[in-house]
Amino acid sequence: MSTHVNLERRRQAIYGWLLLSPAALMLSIFAFYPSVATFGSSLFTRNTRRKPSEFIGTENYADLFADPTFWLVVKNNLFYAGITIPVSIAIALAMALWANSKIPLRGFVRTAYFTPTVLPMIAAANLWLFFYTPGLGVLDQIGSLFGLPSVNWLGQPETALWAIIIVTVWKEAGFFMIFYLAALQTIPEDLKEAADIEGASRWTYTRRIVLPLLMPTTLFIMVNALINSVKLIDHLFILTKGGPSDASKLILYYIWEMAFAFFDAPHAAAMTILVLAVLCIVAAIQFLYLDRRTHYQ
Amino acid sequence: MKRLSHYIESAAAILLAVIWISPLLFAFWAAFHTTSDAVNFNIMSAWTLDNFRTAWDGAPWLRYFMNTFLLVTIVLIGQFFFTTLAGFVFAKLEFPGKNLVFILVLMQLFILPEVLIVENYAMVSRLGLFDTLFGVGMPYMASAFGIFLMRQSFKSVPIELHEAARIEGCGLLGILWRVYVPLAKPTYLAYALVSVSTHWNNFLWPLIVTNSPETRPLTVGLSIFGAPENGVDISIISAATIMSVAPLLIAFLVFQRQFVQAFLRAGIK
Repeated sequence: MSTHVNLERRRQAIYGWLLLSPAALMLSIFAFYPSVATFGSSLFTRNTRRKPSEFIGTENYADLFADPTFWLVVKNNLFYAGITIPVSIAIALAMALWANSKIPLRGFVRTAYFTPTVLPMIAAANLWLFFYTPGLGVLDQIGSLFGLPSVNWLGQPETALWAIIIVTVWKEAGFFMIFYLAALQTIPEDLKEAADIEGASRWTYTRRIVLPLLMPTTLFIMVNALINSVKLIDHLFILTKGGPSDASKLILYYIWEMAFAFFDAPHAAAMTILVLAVLCIVAAIQFLYLDRRTHYQ
Repeated sequence: MKRLSHYIESAAAILLAVIWISPLLFAFWAAFHTTSDAVNFNIMSAWTLDNFRTAWDGAPWLRYFMNTFLLVTIVLIGQFFFTTLAGFVFAKLEFPGKNLVFILVLMQLFILPEVLIVENYAMVSRLGLFDTLFGVGMPYMASAFGIFLMRQSFKSVPIELHEAARIEGCGLLGILWRVYVPLAKPTYLAYALVSVSTHWNNFLWPLIVTNSPETRPLTVGLSIFGAPENGVDISIISAATIMSVAPLLIAFLVFQRQFVQAFLRAGIK
């Protein structure tokens, strides 16, 4: 009997590693090795024809910390995350509560909320260009109805990042709504009935019962929104190219620019490592701390 | 009082919906009018298809469409293959070291392919896949998200079915193919919808890895077409934009119910 169990165990191990190997190979080639290689190349100088690359330790990092553009980009990205995450979550929640309640034109409302999600960011940027263009754009035309002067939304440092933020929120809120909608439908009807019998108002019911039950979803969405605040930068290519004077430049765009426009791979690698470090800290916080606190079981 | 707040809320919900859809409506309007009519919002002005003709002649759109279609297909087939195998292992097999590997896979949820562009570019070039659709698709195939999703779905399959198939003489791969895969159909559908819309819309990575019209997907083509250096006007950009989002948008509108249902059933909670 025990030999049989042993055999079964060995069989599972062999099958396990065999079936796992294709995915493991791919993940090694396109996630783990590149991460390690990025760290490696962040410790060397640029490989040029005249000078081969040499080991310089943390000098690339020191360069970054001394670079005012880097700090501006970090500040921009923190601002970008700080606004887009809470605003898009709040809007997504409102959308889901509305799309789940009995309102007229519900089908249209749901579709309208969700539509931006299926558009490419590049297309979204093109659509918004029509809003932002000074003089001809929709925003300026609406403004001129009220006698407001023309504003170059994308061309001035004070508004460029805001213009980018609005497009991001518009794009991702409908996507997050779907997750809230899914969670809302798992809340049992009798909770609502019980609340009604107790004479609780709709607001109390929402605040005391619905929102706490949505906490795991909120956490999931928050992590997604955080990741988006690093990776949603496609619209920069169309709308501002990070300008004017770097006012709307975000980290990933800067990494791209460093590597593929200035051909400075080592500094791009150093910046990549810093981003990965931040993402890992976020992951650790999520796994260790928040996961435990938000599950009601 | 309750009545009133219901009306106010409905109005707010509909107003938000109108605001949300308006960029698309304005682009639609601009695409079918001459530039001057478009920016003057002259309701009575004539509709025209000229913008679409000009846009269509301005770039190899058919090629771009084909490329995007092929890319999305390649990625999806790859993802199904890799995530099914790995998801099954994590859901149903027991062996030492499994949990450690699973944690490594979960880490990839945070090591975004987008962030590793520099080294992934070097890797794709080394493999000789630069400027190929395969090179564009490969980094996304063993998706940690997909593996996780498949694991959750396979986990919910009752072990009795597994045992029954085994008693019938089915091998492990046979059980996977005949029991688990058919039962996970809703998850596959949901994953397919998410994957297709993600990769149809992906931009930064294809921008880096493609270098010719023969491999360029729609998003990259559209960004090049709309670049200010080319000096195309707002109506023509709108026409090109509407044109390139139309297939996915129409598919979404037609299959909307399935789309949303698939999401809800995927059990992403």
